[in-house]
Parts: sequence; structure tokens; C-alpha cells
Amino acid sequence: MFEKALKGNNYYWMWLAFLGFIIAVGGISYLRQFFYGLAITGMSRDVSWGLYISQFTFLVGVAAGGVMLVLPYYIHNYKAFGRITILGEFLAIAALLMCMMFIMVDLGQPLRALNVMLHPTPHSMLFWDMCVLLGYLFLNILCGWVILTAERKQVAPPKWIYFFVYVSIPFAISIHTVTAMLYCGLPGRHFWLSAIIAPRFLASAFAAGPALIVIMALILKRVANFDAGKEAIDKMVTIIIYAAIANMFFLALEFFVGFYSQIPGHTHTLQYLFSGLDHHGHVYNNLVPFMWAFLILFVIGIALISYPATRKGSDLWLGLGCASIFIAFWLDKGIGFVLGGFVPSPINEITEYYPHLNELLITAGVWAAGFFVLTILYKIAIGVEHEIEA
Amino acid sequence: MDQKRRTFLKVAGISTLAGLGAATGVGRLIGGAESAMAAAEEAQVNASAQNGTGQNAACGDACINRYGMLIDARKFREDPTLGERVVLACHREHNVPNIPIKKDEIKWIWMTHYDNAFPEQANLYRDEVNAQFQLPILCNHCDNPPCVRVCPTQATFRNADGIVMMDYHRCIGCRFCMAGCPYGSRSFNWSDPRPYIDSADMNRDFPTRTRGVVEKCNFCDERIRKGLLPACVEACGDSKAMVFGNLNDPNSEIRQMLKQHHTVQRNPSLGTLPSVFYIV
Repeated sequence: MFEKALKGNNYYWMWLAFLGFIIAVGGISYLRQFFYGLAITGMSRDVSWGLYISQFTFLVGVAAGGVMLVLPYYIHNYKAFGRITILGEFLAIAALLMCMMFIMVDLGQPLRALNVMLHPTPHSMLFWDMCVLLGYLFLNILCGWVILTAERKQVAPPKWIYFFVYVSIPFAISIHTVTAMLYCGLPGRHFWLSAIIAPRFLASAFAAGPALIVIMALILKRVANFDAGKEAIDKMVTIIIYAAIANMFFLALEFFVGFYSQIPGHTHTLQYLFSGLDHHGHVYNNLVPFMWAFLILFVIGIALISYPATRKGSDLWLGLGCASIFIAFWLDKGIGFVLGGFVPSPINEITEYYPHLNELLITAGVWAAGFFVLTILYKIAIGVEHEIEA
Repeated sequence: MDQKRRTFLKVAGISTLAGLGAATGVGRLIGGAESAMAAAEEAQVNASAQNGTGQNAACGDACINRYGMLIDARKFREDPTLGERVVLACHREHNVPNIPIKKDEIKWIWMTHYDNAFPEQANLYRDEVNAQFQLPILCNHCDNPPCVRVCPTQATFRNADGIVMMDYHRCIGCRFCMAGCPYGSRSFNWSDPRPYIDSADMNRDFPTRTRGVVEKCNFCDERIRKGLLPACVEACGDSKAMVFGNLNDPNSEIRQMLKQHHTVQRNPSLGTLPSVFYIV
């Protein structure tokens, strides 16, 4: 089926060339980092994880979000999602590849990465995260490919594949749960040490992932003559609304616990993120604009996708609404959550994180690589759809 | 027929996963987390048994020792130059690079204020002495170390003698241990550290590190094996500002001092059981 990715119009090739250029810039930037070390990042002794790990965390959610299509279609036999389930599965593949690239570029000794498998360590959550991420990647490649092949031949998918489809559902939940456990099991990091992190991650994932799929479906409708169907889009928007509100509810609970109990450790990071933290007379607040952008974009997004006129009246408003939600939750989880957790440091010092240009280029390169893969996968999926229709 | 099969697969899939998860995952997880504690308990049992007979049986030294340190902050106030000497002795002994860029710095032991060492002991009306003077902090060599728990490759591990060690050749540089350490004791080699080591001062008997690995205080494991005291303790001379010894031996100097003085550990509420004690 790969041949489907080799035929396309000029816009298709221009888009791939554009992504290829960013990937190349990212690749060269990575070589610089590889040969010099992670000193050409903004990370420090106090903020020891930066953009790479925060992007990884967010993208695990995007990958898990695809299950919001798989579950209704395969468990509840919700037929409207039949055409776009493959979009969710292929998005998961691209997002997981980005996750793995972000982990690799974050390692100080990337050539030793296999040590995680050579010395398996069940008491490390990172070991389990590797297991579930690789497992989920395998399941999505397998299920996506087998079902698409069957669809192309216009036969029912083989029965055995449903076993893997059903297994992939708890796997989707597990990838984000285990990713949350990377953070929420660390003593002395009060902001992360909260049992609601995993549910919150899942809620934001089930909003951000489907939001991206809706945006993709709207783009594909314009550029690839692929209509996901009104009912499917509408149902997805409903899922996004509930998941997005659940995420905000969980965040509000964090605020309540912090500010009602008034335990300093529980409030410091929230203050740092949303209003700035006063420390020995200096106010540290470099993430505050991002967090307020998150809140404002959430309100705009939820309004656009809830209000009937904008939700059903025009694809543009709906797309903008979903983009607002996606960016809002990217700011929340892909910026604030990871970076904020390091402030203040365990010895009550504050170091703020400013990414290095080289780090930004690598990050852009990884995102571009993910969208490159996603474009090719979607091209294949839609090529098959068109072939059947023809 | 189809409907039945679908139902069966649903149940089969979920129960397989649940079974696998519960049996292997949780079991091994708990086993791993408790192994450090178990080792410590075993060491204690061995120690008490051997103290009874006065024999050092087949087990060897490693099992019966649990090394610990007592830091007398009063002594560091009496002699304000002592802190610098201690830090220098350690960093020379272990070829710790002197990197001027703050975000990239590497430190094994360093002087800091009471409020930084004991942030959970916040006090609006801090006494003058503790507001002004500094005390040394270093890796606590916890009996229940979170860094060891989170490391995905066992590159950081707990020796039977209680020392939390680093394998610089296995570390992949994921820095999970830095996020996991609740005392900020770990440093990462953001770039090649060797240009920042004064070659005239270099200790040829201790390895330098490569870029991309985490490092921290090792309680001078290499010196203890030779029967020497840690470099920082030695730098204190006879002042008894730092006392090092076997916590499992009730007759050791450190145990005697712990018996006689009120001591505190850094953030004991986290259950990490630090092996470094302070007289403030």
C-alpha cells in the first residue's frame, strides 16, 4: 500500500518538502547536541527535564487520544466512527514515534538506550513506560495495517485481529497512566505528587487527541476530498467537550487542595505557574503568560465548539475551536506541567528554564518528523478509501 | 455467532491483561521496591548476630556495615574556612569539574544555608546563627533511596554497606534520578567535564566522567575500601566536624555521638531514611 504515498499533487509534495526541511534543520541541530552534549539546551541542574520530556508527555496523550475512536467503534459498535477510526490509529503511530524521538534526543548517552532492555528494572516506571509505549506502537501498526488491507480488498478483517484491537484499548489507557506515574511517584516534588495526575492526563489526552483528529478530518475534507461525516465529527466534538471540562475540573481540584490546605509545598508551583512566585524579594514568573494563554484558549475553544452556530455552522469556527483546545492543553501539559514541577527545587532554590535555540530547532524537527509520518500514513489511508469508492 | 465471539474476545482480552498486570507487574514492583529495605534489615540482623559472638563470619565486611555520617554544623560556624576546605578536598579527590556556568555546575558536597538544607523547617523568626552561617550538604545515602527506585537501568544502586553508588558506564543519562532525588544531590554532565578539571590537581586514581551521565557523592567508597576515611571527613582533621562510621555497630563513634546529641536528618517525613545526620 506504500505506493499510495508516492502519488500526490504539488501541494502534497510541497508540504512534505517543507516538513523535510524542518527535519533536516532539526537533524543538524541534533548532531550539534550529540557531539557537544546537552549543555546546549536550557536544562540545568535544577530544571533537569525541559522541552523534550514535556513534549513527550503531551504526545503520549495525543497517542492515547485515538482510543476515543477505537473504543466506541469496536466496543459499542458505533458505526459512524468506522471511516475515521484509522485516522486515530495512524495518529497514535505518528505520536508514539515522536515520543520515542523525544526520549532519544533527551538522553545524555543515547547510544546506551538499549540498557533499559538489557537490564530490565521492574521497579522503575520508565521501564514500564517503554514496555507499554512499544506495545501500543506495535498494536496500532498491526491493527491499522491489517484492517486497512482488509478494507482495501473489501473483505471483513480477519477475526484474530479483534483480539489485538480489544487489547489496544487498555493499552491506550496504560500508556498515559504509566507516563503519569513517572511523575506522581516522586517524593519531594509536591506539584507532581498527586493521585489525580493520571486521571487528569487522561482527560486532557481525550480532549487533545480527538481535537487534533477533528482538525485533521476538516483539513482532509478540503485538501483530500475525504469526508469523515457530520455525525462522526459531531460525536467527537461532544467527547472533546466532556474530556476538556473534566481536565479543568481536575485542575480546579488541585487548586482547592493547595490553596484551602495552604500547605506551602502544594501551592508554590501553582503560584509559580499562574501568578508568579515571590522568592527572597524576586518574583519568578516566566511561565505565567503560557498558563494564562492556556486558560484563555480553553475558554475560547470550549465556547466555539459548544455554541451551536459555531459548532455546526462552519468548519472554520469548529476547526479554530478544536485548535484552541489542542493548543491550550499543549500549553498546560506540554509546557507548564513538566517545567513547573521543578520549581522550587528540593533545596528551595529557583532556577527558571529558557530553552536554547538549538533545543527549539530539535523540538521543531521532531514535530515535523511526526507530521511527515502522519501525512504519509493519512495519504495511504485516504488513497485506499478513494480506491474503494472508485 | 459473531456477537458471541466479540463478547468472548472482550472478556478474554481484559482478563488476560488484568492477569498479567496483577501477577507479574505488581508483584515484581513491590518486590523491587522492598528489596533495599530487606537488604538493610538483613544487614542489621547479621550485625546483631555477629556482635553477639564478636566474630566476623563468612558474610564479610560489606554485609555488616551500614555507613553513615554525622555533621556538626557548630564546628563549621566556629571555623568559617572549614567548609571551603571540605568541599575542595572532595572535589579534588573525585575530579569534580569546576564549571563556571551555574546551570551546568556539578557538585558532590557544597555549603548552603539552613533554610535550603532543611526547607521543611521554615521559621518566620529564624535565629541569627542559622540565618547567617552555612552547613555542608551531600548525598544522604538513603536506606530507602528514591533514585535507585526510579533508575531504569540499575546504573544507580545501593551497596550492601548502604552506599548509593553510580555506574558511569551504564547510566543512559535520562536524569530520572535527578527528578527523583528529594535532596537535589545529583548533578549531570551537560557537556564534557574534562576541560574543567585542573590537570595539575587531577587525581589519577579516580576516573573522570564522560558527558551525558549523572554523578554524585559516593561516600568515598574507593577510600573506605582501603581503610581510609572519606576525603571530607579527613579534611576536618581532629575537629570532629564530620564523623563517619558504621551505623550498625552500636559501639562505633558515630553511634555514640548519635546517642549523646540531638540530631536531625534532612526531610525525614519522606521515608527515605537518610544516613547523614546533623547537629545544628
